[in-house]
Amino acid sequence: MIHVFAFYLFAAITIASALLVIFARNPVHSVLWLILAFFNAAGLMVLVGAEFIAMLLVIVYVGAVAVLFLFVVMMLDIDFAELRAGFVRNVPLGLLVAVILAIELFVGVVAHSAGKAALGTPDGSGAASLGASNIKAIGVLLYSRYLFLFEAAGIILLVAMIGAIVLTHRTRKNTRPQNVSDQIARRPDEATVNTQPEVGQGVQL
Amino acid sequence: MIGIEHYITVSSVLFVLGVLGIFLNRKNVIVILMAIELILLAGNINLVAFSAFLGDLTGQVFAMFVLTLAAGEAAIGLAILVIYFRGRGTIAVDDVNQMKG
Repeated sequence: MIHVFAFYLFAAITIASALLVIFARNPVHSVLWLILAFFNAAGLMVLVGAEFIAMLLVIVYVGAVAVLFLFVVMMLDIDFAELRAGFVRNVPLGLLVAVILAIELFVGVVAHSAGKAALGTPDGSGAASLGASNIKAIGVLLYSRYLFLFEAAGIILLVAMIGAIVLTHRTRKNTRPQNVSDQIARRPDEATVNTQPEVGQGVQL
Repeated sequence: MIGIEHYITVSSVLFVLGVLGIFLNRKNVIVILMAIELILLAGNINLVAFSAFLGDLTGQVFAMFVLTLAAGEAAIGLAILVIYFRGRGTIAVDDVNQMKG
C-alpha cells in the first residue's frame, strides 16, 4: 500500500513540477521546479530499486547541472518579458505536436497492455548477482562488460569540459596579468642600474 | 499494484511536456535546454523502469550514459549561450540567422 502511495506522490509532483518548468514566467523559478522534478524522479527510481541512478540524479543533475543553469540564468542580464512575447502565438502548434505525441505514446501503452510484442527474454548476463547491492552489481557490470563504453563516457565528459572552457574563455585587454615567462627570464644585471644623480635633480629612468 | 505501465505513463507525460516546452518557449533558449533535460529524464525513467521490469541491469548502466550525455550537453549548451549573449546582448534564438542556415 505504501508503494502505491509513494508512486502516486512522486509521479504527481514530478509531472506538476515539469508543467511549472515550462510555464513559469521567471526562468529562475523554472530551474527550481526542475530541481524538484529531478528529486521526485529520483524517488521514482528508488521505488524500483535503482538506488545508484537515483543518487546520480540527485548528485549530477541537482548538484551540478541545475546549479549551472541557475548560475547562467542569474549571471546574464536578460529581459525575460521580451522573450515571452511569442508565447501565445506558439501555443497552437506546440499543443498540436504535444497531443499527437501523447496519443502515440498512449497507443503504445495500450497496445502493450493488450499483449506485448515478444522481443525475446533477457539472457541473464545483465542480471544482478544474488545478494549484491544495486551499486555493487552496476559496478561489476560497468567495469567488465561495458568498460569501453564507460571510458568513452569519460572522454565525452573531457571533450565537453574542454569545449566549454574554449568557448567561454576570453583574454581581457584592459587588465595587466602576471607574465610568468618574462619574470623568469629577468636577470639581475638588466633589472638594476646604478645612477649618481646630482643634488636637486631627479633620476631619469 | 504499480506495474510497468504506470512508469511508462509517467515518462510519456514527462516527454510530451518537454516537447511542448520546446515549442512554447521558442525564444528562450534556457527554457529550451531545461525542456531537453526533461525529455532525457523521461528516457531515463523508461530505461530504469524496464531494467527493473526485466531484472536486467543493462538499462541502468545505459541510464548512466544518458546522464553523462545530458551533463555534457548542458555544459556545452550553456557555454554557447554565454558567448551568444556576449556577442548579441540577448538570447532570443528565434531569429538566429547569422550563418544563413
